[in-house]
Amino acid sequence: MEENIHEEQHIMSYTLLGGVLLSLLILTVVTVGISYIDMGFFNVPMALLVATTKSTLVLVFFMHLKYEGKLIVISFTSTVVVLCVLISFTFWDVAFR
Amino acid sequence: MEKPVDKTGVRIGMWLFLYSEVLLFGGLFVLYAAYFHRYPEFFVEGGQDLDRVLGALNTVVLLVSSFTVAASITAIQRNRKVQSISFLLFSIFCGFIFLVNKYFEWGAKFAKDIYPNSDTLVFGEPGLNIFFGLYYVITGLHGLHVIIGMILLSVALWYVIREKVTAHRFGLLENAGLYWHLVDLIWIFVFPLFYLVL
Repeated sequence: MEENIHEEQHIMSYTLLGGVLLSLLILTVVTVGISYIDMGFFNVPMALLVATTKSTLVLVFFMHLKYEGKLIVISFTSTVVVLCVLISFTFWDVAFR
Repeated sequence: MEKPVDKTGVRIGMWLFLYSEVLLFGGLFVLYAAYFHRYPEFFVEGGQDLDRVLGALNTVVLLVSSFTVAASITAIQRNRKVQSISFLLFSIFCGFIFLVNKYFEWGAKFAKDIYPNSDTLVFGEPGLNIFFGLYYVITGLHGLHVIIGMILLSVALWYVIREKVTAHRFGLLENAGLYWHLVDLIWIFVFPLFYLVL
């Protein structure tokens, strides 16, 4: 019973958090940099790819999804899937009308 | 005897709320995608009108503040109250800097007669009108979230000072932090989509 109440908590070190921040700042420079290269159609997907990488870092470490139980991880993933379905289906409708 | 606290339950409640926030902004990004497909050239033109330097600066400000919020949780878990308080104060200060930058950014646009229902937009190109309409709605709603996030962080700060948030019970600080990270998360997508469209 006691163990249920005082469940184990994961403490993230400043070094780890600092490393995540550094990667996020580098990726920000990358996303600004690639926006100056004309890749035609691929500019938006590339920008979204970098943004997705950045948000994954924020979610996994800052929002400690890495250390959460299955319930939060699965329900969050489902939300993202729903969002992707919403965006892609709407976009297909608009693009191929 | 102290009442037992379901720490995971406290976080699940917050996450459920965050899902609704994700879908709220997601809906607006659907609008963005649909109109970007219709008026790509005007989205590029509008994007070039936005201040990249201020946008990038605000990105850095939010990323750093997200780090300090996460660090304040580490500090309280290690029982370092003063450290936690300074991290939180700094994060709230970052939110303030973000809003000041936003004020200058919007101010410059207003001066150029670019705001919802302005003559330039209403009688100009519909593509530009829609781009700036989305810009004001999304960055405005995001700015509102920054203000709410600052209020939540201030409440958490008050609880840390009063020692209601401690190394054994910090769910409130964690949840305020989750909200702040969500604000950061949304900006990570807003920045390239509006400021960096080539």
